[in-house]
Amino acid sequence: MDLLLEINDLHCGYDDQPVVNGLTLHVTQGNLVSLLGPSGCGKTTVLRAIAGFQTVRAGEIRLNGKVVSSPHIRIPPEQRNLGMVFQDYALFPHLTVTENIAFGLRHHSATARQKTVDRLLELIGMEGYGQRYPTELSGGQQQRIAVARALAPEPTLLLLDEPFSNLDVELRERLAIDVRDMLHAQNATAIFVTHDQHEAFVMGERIGVMNEGHLLQWETPFNLYHEPADRFVADFIGKGSFLRGEMSTSDTVTTELGRITGNRAYPWPEGTPVDILLRPDDVMIVDESPIRATVTDRAFKGADTLYTLKLSNGMEMLSLMPSRYDYLIGSEIGIEIDIDHFILFPVEPIA
Amino acid sequence: MHEITPDNPILRPEARKGRLPGRLNKWHYASGALALLVAIPLLVVFSGWLQPDTEIWSHLAETLLNQLFINTIKLVIGVGLGVTLLGVTLAWLTTRCDFPGRGLFDWMLMLPLAIPAYVMAFVAIGLLDFSGPVQTALRSWLGVGHYWFPEIRSTGGVIAVMVLVLYPYVYMLARTAFLTQGRSTLEAAQTLGYGPLEVFRRVALPMARPAIVAGTSLALMETLADFGTVATFNYDTFTTAIYKAWFGFFSLQTASQLASLLLLFVFISLMTERATRRRAQYHDTMRSGKPTRFILHGWRGWSITAALSLLFAIAFLIPFIQLCLWAMESISEEFDSRYFGLLYHTLLLGLLAALLTSACALVLGFARRYQRDRLTAFTVNIANLGYALPGSVLAVGIMIALTQSDHFFHRLTGLLGYNTTGQILGGSVFALLIAYVIRFMAVAHGPVETGLSRIRYSLPEAARTLGARPREILTRIYLPLIRPGLLTAMLLVLVDTMKEMPATLLMRPFGWDTLAVRIYEMTSEGEWERAALPAITLVLVGLLPVILLVRKTLQDR
Amino acid sequence: MKKTIIALLTLAIALPVYAEETITVYSARKEHLIKPLFDAYTEKTGVKIQYITDKAAPLLARLKAEGANTPADMLMTVDAGNLWQAAKEGVLSPVQSDTLKKNVPEHLRDPDNRWFGLSVRARTIVYSTERVQPSELSSYEDLAAPKWKGRLCLRTSKKVYNQSLVAMMIARHGEEKTSQILEGWVNNLATAPFSNDTKTMQAIAAGQCDVGIVNTYYFGRLQKKDPEIKLALFWPNQDEAGVHINISGAGITQHAKHRNAAIQLLEWLSSEEAQQQFAALNMEYPVNPKVTPDDLVASWGKFKADDLNVALAGKLQTQAIKLMDRAGYR
Repeated sequence: MDLLLEINDLHCGYDDQPVVNGLTLHVTQGNLVSLLGPSGCGKTTVLRAIAGFQTVRAGEIRLNGKVVSSPHIRIPPEQRNLGMVFQDYALFPHLTVTENIAFGLRHHSATARQKTVDRLLELIGMEGYGQRYPTELSGGQQQRIAVARALAPEPTLLLLDEPFSNLDVELRERLAIDVRDMLHAQNATAIFVTHDQHEAFVMGERIGVMNEGHLLQWETPFNLYHEPADRFVADFIGKGSFLRGEMSTSDTVTTELGRITGNRAYPWPEGTPVDILLRPDDVMIVDESPIRATVTDRAFKGADTLYTLKLSNGMEMLSLMPSRYDYLIGSEIGIEIDIDHFILFPVEPIA
Repeated sequence: MHEITPDNPILRPEARKGRLPGRLNKWHYASGALALLVAIPLLVVFSGWLQPDTEIWSHLAETLLNQLFINTIKLVIGVGLGVTLLGVTLAWLTTRCDFPGRGLFDWMLMLPLAIPAYVMAFVAIGLLDFSGPVQTALRSWLGVGHYWFPEIRSTGGVIAVMVLVLYPYVYMLARTAFLTQGRSTLEAAQTLGYGPLEVFRRVALPMARPAIVAGTSLALMETLADFGTVATFNYDTFTTAIYKAWFGFFSLQTASQLASLLLLFVFISLMTERATRRRAQYHDTMRSGKPTRFILHGWRGWSITAALSLLFAIAFLIPFIQLCLWAMESISEEFDSRYFGLLYHTLLLGLLAALLTSACALVLGFARRYQRDRLTAFTVNIANLGYALPGSVLAVGIMIALTQSDHFFHRLTGLLGYNTTGQILGGSVFALLIAYVIRFMAVAHGPVETGLSRIRYSLPEAARTLGARPREILTRIYLPLIRPGLLTAMLLVLVDTMKEMPATLLMRPFGWDTLAVRIYEMTSEGEWERAALPAITLVLVGLLPVILLVRKTLQDR
Repeated sequence: MKKTIIALLTLAIALPVYAEETITVYSARKEHLIKPLFDAYTEKTGVKIQYITDKAAPLLARLKAEGANTPADMLMTVDAGNLWQAAKEGVLSPVQSDTLKKNVPEHLRDPDNRWFGLSVRARTIVYSTERVQPSELSSYEDLAAPKWKGRLCLRTSKKVYNQSLVAMMIARHGEEKTSQILEGWVNNLATAPFSNDTKTMQAIAAGQCDVGIVNTYYFGRLQKKDPEIKLALFWPNQDEAGVHINISGAGITQHAKHRNAAIQLLEWLSSEEAQQQFAALNMEYPVNPKVTPDDLVASWGKFKADDLNVALAGKLQTQAIKLMDRAGYR
C-alpha cells in the first residue's frame, strides 16, 4: 500500500497558544479515516493544515512523499489537488448546482465537464437538480452537492470538516453511509473530522482520537471501543463506567464486587489501585446473583435495552441486555460482571 | 451557535482580532499605502497647529464657540436619529412588507440621493419662508398675523432638509442588508411567536447593524462637513467657525486647527464603534431562500402608501418640479453647445472616480477581512477620514500636498542638473481623481465592507481547494457575490463626485468645467433660477445609475 | 480590471496639455461675468486666455502653495478685502502703468499698485415703497434708531460685503460708535439674518420687514424680473461720507510667466472699450470715470460715494467681524 499522507510531529498554533502539539499520522491510499475529538481539540486545525490554510510551526506534512507544509514550505491550497467539504458546505450561492460541481473542472472540455457533473449527480441521487440554486435545496441536498463538488476534480485526498453537523440525527446517519459508499465507489482517500463517534464509526476504517492538540490513539473502531489506550479515550468513546479495585495478581483485581479476572496481564505490583473499564455489555443482569442493584433508568433501543443500575454502595453502572428481558424502574435485580476486554487504568499515574 | 475556539472555522484569519500584528504582510502595506494617501493632506491640515493664532481663538471662544457646539450637537443628534429612523423604516417596509406600490417605492425612495443638499435647502426656504408662495397664499386667505406657520430657517428646518437628502445612505445600505438576510433566521423568530415588528427589532435590526451604522456614519460625516446647506439657512455650526476663520479672518491655520478637531472627533467615534462590535459576528451563516413578506392589507397598506407618497413628494418631486420650472425660465439663456462638454466632463470624472475609489475600497475591505488586528483597523479608519472634513479644507490640504510634491520633484531634478518648472501633478486630471478618492473613500468603503462581511470565509477556501488561483477567486467568487455592494459603492461615489464642488473647483484642469462648477457659478451669486438647468441635468444623470442599480439588485433576487 | 484601471490612469496623466502662449487667470469673479470680455480680447488681439474660477480664499491658498510653479498670471477677485489680503500674502506684484493710473481712480486701487479695481458695487439701503417714505431714511447709522424696531432685514454678517461695510464704518467712526450701531441694527431686526441679498429684498417686498441693506445689482436683477416690485433704492449718507462702495478687481501675480501680456489685458479691462461691458454684465458701476453706467443702473440716480481707499476694508475686516460677533449679528 502506498503512503499517501504523512504528518510528522506537526505543531500549529495561534499567537502564544498551541493548538496542535506534535501530531504524527499516516494514511494510505484508498483509506477512509476519521479524526474524532471534542470541539477545541485541534482536529479542524489539522485538517486546515493538510489543506494548506493553516501555517505550520514545526514538523511537516507530506503528500505522496512530497513536503507540502513545513515551517519553511507552504504549497498553496489550490496546488495540492485536495478536495474539501466544509461544515457549512460553502456552496457558491451565485452559481447553479451544475456550475458549483463544475467549478473545479477548469481544464476540461465543456462536454467532459457536463459528463462528470451528470455522473456525480447520478451518484448522489440528484439527477434533475442541475439548474437549481443552492438556496433552493434542503440541507441534506446541499451537503451532497458539496461532496460531489469536492469529488469532481478527482482529488488525491478528500477532507471533510464536520460535514453532517448541521443536519438532523436521522439524516446524519443515513448520509454518512451514503457518503461512505460514494467515496468507496470512487476509491477515494478521505479524512473525516467529527466530534460525533457514530459518524466516525461509520466513516472511518481507522479513527484518530484527539484531545488538547494531541493524538491519543490511532486505531480501528473496534479496538478503539474495546481497547482504549487511555482513560480519556475510554470515556469519550462509547458508554461505560469504572469499577475501582486493587491489583492482586497481574490479571486479577479485587473489587467490592469480588475478584475479577481478565484475559490479559498488567505489569503493576500487587496492591496498585486501578479502575476497571466496564462497558454496558460487560454487565449482565442475572436474577440469582448475590450482587444486588436497583434499576434507576432504562432506555429502549429496539433489540436491546440500556439499563442504568445503582448498587447498594451508591455506585452507578450501565448494562445492555437483549430487550426480551424486561425490568421495570425500581425493581431489584442481581448482576454479574463478564469482561471480554480487560481494560485497567491505574488510579495514580505510574512512573 | 459557534463557540469561538482556535479551530472554529468562522474565525478564519490566522492572526486574531485586537492584537498587534506579528509580521507585516501585503494587506498591511496596501491598506497602509491608502491610509498614507489620505493621511498626507490630513497632516497638512493638522500642521495648522504649528502656527496657532491665539487672538482668533480667544475671540471665537469668547463669542461663538459655545453656541456653535450646541448647534452642531443638535444637528448631529437630529440628523442621526432622523436618517436612521427614516432609512431603516423605509428599507424594512420595501424589503419585508408588501403594500400597494411597493415595487415602485423600492427604487423611488433612492432618488433624493441625486438632489444636492444645497438645492434642497434653497427650495425649502424658497417655498416655506415668509416671502415664499405657501405663506403668501396663507396670508392672502387669512390675513397677516392670523395663521401659525413653523419657522423654516430654524434648527428643525435644517435637520429636516438634511434628513431628507441624507436618509438614502441609510436606506440603501439597510435595504441591501435586509435583502440578503436568510429566511431561516427570520422564520425561526416568527415561529417563536414574534410578530413583524418584533422580528424586525430583535432579529433583523441587530443583524443589519453594520450596514445601518455605515449608512448613518456616512450621513453624519456629511452633516459635520457640510457648509452649503447650513450657510443657506444661516445656521451656525462648527464648520461656520472654520470658514469664518479662513474667509473672514484670512487664517487658514486657525481653520485647519478647527477642522482637525472635527476630524479627531470623527476618528474617535469611528474607532469606538468598531470596538463595540469587535466580538460579534454578523455572518448570516445559514443563508437560505428569500423570506416571505408581511402583507399589509386594506387601510394599513394604503396608509403606508400614502405616507411614502407624501415623503417622496417632499423629498424629491417638489424640489424636482421647482427645478424644472426654473430650468424652463432660463433654458434659452443657459443652454448652449458647451453644455455637452460640461456633461462629458461630469460623467467622465464621475465614472473614473467611482471605479478608482471602489477599487481602493475593495483593497481596504480585503485588508480588514484578512487582517483583523489593531494596525489594520487603525489604517483603515485613517483611510476613511477624508469624508469627515469640510470639502474646501480637504481640497486645500490635497492641493498643498500635491504642489509640494511638484516642488520636491523640481528640487530633485535640479540636483540632477536638469531644470524643470511648472505643474506636474497639480492641476492634472490625475490630481483631481486622487482628491475624489481621498474624499469619497468612506462612501465606497461602507457598502463594500458590509458586502464582504456577508461572504463566508469558507467560500473562497472552497474555491481554492478546487484549484482556483487568487485571481480567479476574485473574479469568480468575490466579484459576483459582492456585486450589489460594489454597485452601490460605485453609484454613491459617482453621484457624490458629480455633486462635489470644492475640490473640483480648486483642482480641475483648465477647461474641465463640470455641471457642479456651473451650479457653483450661479448659486454663489444667488442666481438659483439659472442654476436649475445644470442642477436638473445632474439629477437626471444621477438617476440613471440609481435605476440601473435597482434593476440589477432585483435581478439578483 | 487592474489593466483597465492602469490604462485609464495613464490616460488621465497624459491628458493635461500645457498651452504655452496663453494668459492664465485665477478668478473669483464668475465665469459668465468675465468670459464675454476674455472672448472679445482674444478676438481682438489673438491672445488666448485660460482661467479657473473658485472662491477667493482657496485660489489664494493655491497661489501661495504653487509659489514659483504657478501657471497663474493674474488673480481676479471680488471685494477689496480679498485683494488686500492677496497683496499682504505677497502673491501679487506691483505694476507701474500710467494707463491703469489714469483709468482707475486712486481710492479704487492699491496704494502700492499691486491691485486695481475694475468695477464698483454700491451697498445701499432698499425700502418698501408701500410702508416707508424716503424722507424717513437718512443713513446706515440711522437704521440703528429705535423707530426701525422690528422693521429691519439684514443679510448674514458672514458675507464679506457686510464685513467691508462695517470695516468702513470703523474707519469713519471708530470701534465704540460702530459697536453701538451694530447693536442697534441687531435690536431692530424683524427676523434672523438671511443668507443672501435677494432673500432680504423678497422679505421686505412680502411685508416681513420694511428696510434693508443690499448691493444694487441684486436689486437690478429683481427689478428686471418683476418691474412692478414695490421696492426702491435709497442713497444714504449723502451729507456725510457717501454711499459705501466696494470693487471687483485684479492684480498681476508675483510669478507670472506672461507678465507683460497680462498687464496689457489688465489695462484693456480698465479701458473705456471694456469698462462699459465689464460693469454692465453684472449691473455694476464702471471704475473708469469716463464711462457711464448701463441704462437701468443709471435710472437709479446719481449718488455721492465714499472716497476712502477701499484697501481699508481689508485692513479692518478682522476688527469688523469681531465687532459683529460681539454684537450678536449672525
